[in-house]
Amino acid sequence: MNLLIEQKGAVVLLTVQEERLDAHNSGDLKAQMLKLFEEGSNDLVIDLQTVRFIDSSGLGALVSGFKNASSRNGSLKLAGLQLQVKSMFELTRLHRVFEIFTDTDEALGSFS
Amino acid sequence: MATDRIEVDIRVPNQTRYLCLIGHIGENIALALKHYGGDREKLAYELNLVLTEAMANAIQHANEGDPAKEVHIEIVIADGCLTIRVYDSGQGFDIRQFVTPANPLDEHGRGIYLIHTIMDQVAYRPSGCGHVLEMTKFLH
Repeated sequence: MNLLIEQKGAVVLLTVQEERLDAHNSGDLKAQMLKLFEEGSNDLVIDLQTVRFIDSSGLGALVSGFKNASSRNGSLKLAGLQLQVKSMFELTRLHRVFEIFTDTDEALGSFS
Repeated sequence: MATDRIEVDIRVPNQTRYLCLIGHIGENIALALKHYGGDREKLAYELNLVLTEAMANAIQHANEGDPAKEVHIEIVIADGCLTIRVYDSGQGFDIRQFVTPANPLDEHGRGIYLIHTIMDQVAYRPSGCGHVLEMTKFLH
């Protein structure tokens, strides 16, 4: 999967550069997040601006990252959700779990 | 009243790389319907999602990830009714255990719930050497 990883102060920004986050590539995102946690990162922002389709396994990968961050006293926050993607979080009630921001600036700013 | 009549029959290898292809076919069918008065973009996302979830389920659970197997998909639109059938060659599973929504922090178990939320009728039954997941939506 095409993922851009940038260190922004103490926070890691992961930009998903795919139109779809589904059962074919969600395992890659999950593995990459796990690697970052193992390397000592606790706070992540996932930029989903390019993603126009997410399925249950994509949501599951993000839940996995959320739980890993929380268990390390960190946070996983989301930014840039397209309308249809956002409606998937609402349908599965995950909008009550994640902190969701309009864009990455807002999400990164929330850590300071 | 005039209605659309479309039939699509596809067989693809039992591999997740083809989810995108099948999802796009569903999306394009929604956008191509001549007689549909609802939110077309929403329907396009829903068909993409239902096909992706049903096919991923067949690949990973019913066909146990065996890349030599195949998934057979039928999409039929007739008389204002859309029916999707996804055939697998596995032992089957109890669909009822996935009908209720997953705990928000569960990593799995949302796929069948999402299908139930979107479609009007869902059934999983034996067919040939495996099973078929049949999903129907009435197009208003």
